Amino acid sequence: MNHVKAILWKQLKDTLKNKVVLIQFIMFPVMTVIMENAISIQGMQEHFFANLFAVMYVGMAPLTCIASIISEEKEKNTLRVLQMCNVKAFAYLLGNAIYIVSVCMLGSLVIGLAGGYKGFDLLTFILILFVGNIISLVLGAAIGVASKNQMMATSLTMPVMMVLSFLPMLSMFNDTIRKIAKYFFTQQLNILINTVGNITVRKDTIIILLSNMVLIGVIFMVSYRKSFMRNTSPCL
Amino acid sequence: MNKAISIKELSHSFGKKTVLSGISFEVEKGEVFGLLGPSGAGKTTLINILTGQLRATGGCTLILGTASQDMTGEHYKQIGIMMDHFGLYERMSCYDNLRFYQMLDGNGKDGIEEMLRGVGLSEAKKTPVMNLSKGMTNRLAFARAILRSPKILFLDEPTSGLDPTTVEAIHKMILEEKQKGTTIFLTTHNMHEAEKLCDNIALLNEGKIVEYGAPADICRRYYHQKRIQLHLKSGEDIVLSYDADSGKKIKEYLEMGELETIHSTEPNLETIFMELTGRRLEKE
Repeated sequence: MNHVKAILWKQLKDTLKNKVVLIQFIMFPVMTVIMENAISIQGMQEHFFANLFAVMYVGMAPLTCIASIISEEKEKNTLRVLQMCNVKAFAYLLGNAIYIVSVCMLGSLVIGLAGGYKGFDLLTFILILFVGNIISLVLGAAIGVASKNQMMATSLTMPVMMVLSFLPMLSMFNDTIRKIAKYFFTQQLNILINTVGNITVRKDTIIILLSNMVLIGVIFMVSYRKSFMRNTSPCL
Repeated sequence: MNKAISIKELSHSFGKKTVLSGISFEVEKGEVFGLLGPSGAGKTTLINILTGQLRATGGCTLILGTASQDMTGEHYKQIGIMMDHFGLYERMSCYDNLRFYQMLDGNGKDGIEEMLRGVGLSEAKKTPVMNLSKGMTNRLAFARAILRSPKILFLDEPTSGLDPTTVEAIHKMILEEKQKGTTIFLTTHNMHEAEKLCDNIALLNEGKIVEYGAPADICRRYYHQKRIQLHLKSGEDIVLSYDADSGKKIKEYLEMGELETIHSTEPNLETIFMELTGRRLEKE
């Protein structure tokens, strides 16, 4: 538990000075506050910007942050030093995961409040985003573990992030994209978020979300087992 | 069990390339041991194997009686490592870097201020590592390595690329650790550093130990030529052999008042390494 606490403390200290990660955390919550207050078009769907940016936030923030953090630790050799301190992979990942999910949930709360969600609806909104943040985090961890350095992590993260974040928005304009997008967890979250207040969870939504979770879990395990990190460090 | 480190018939290859071959030596507890060799000789690979970061392809390495590949957290608490790649968190301050490693061990803030004072970084304690000079970063890495009061300290090229003042400061810190009874294993390609700090050294060339022993003993062992060099006031240099005639000549020069300096010509580690391998230890 000491190690998890120490990793949490370190991330808190480090993130305040890490602009790349900090921007990911605050960009969409700030944009939601601005857009929800600044733009009002007649006939526009309720919570439009909050719903749109919430899904983008889930597709971007946890994924890029964890990938960036792990790949930086590998590149700068700090992971090797953690090995010397007997930090186990589970404690390292858990410390980072608790930190990133906590911050992302705070961001999600800001988005929800800015979008005008209240009471049970706000709770439902937050819970949906929690599921999304966890799935996105595991995918980001897989990319971070598989990457030898930050540059490689960025080049892997960018296309994945673009697909996950923008598919739900693009699917609003194109039927073909919508048919493809429905197999991605972010689109299913988008569907769920848009029904908050009158939520009905369909069977195919659950199946697709579970399939995404299993697939991403497998990707993480494969990445972990094949990784350079596992051979050189009991840490990961 | 007086051996801090035991290495027997160690070998390692990266693919088909053999980087270490037939390495065997022991390091006593409390000793400063230097591994000397030019860049690419295999020094860092050996440190990585000894610290359990790399699994050797052959042979056996024991650290305080435990095989290095079997070391666990408790064993790691007994060793400190300062690597050529520092492994410090660049955006965090000097103080926070040390505090983080204390937290990983379940310790509080005790000793951090004192440690920073000890390595001369008190005034820079709030400075992010990315804003430190190379010498300051080295000192911080050294502080982190000794933070746990290790029994064995591994230092990989601790003074490489530093100015003489910082080198002197790090030498002082190494000798202070020796005084505390810490076993120190350092790699270097600086023969002066090895002669100054080490009780024993091994000369490593292309993955093989070519000489082993106390620096002074090695120098004596290779003192074949036995010559005396005279520098006269006229500016002339004269080299004499070790015999009775040379004694007479020296006496004559002394009586004439022409002798400026007189030197014996023992070899140093650099010339011995050259004699053994045909290579220089340090880059020209």
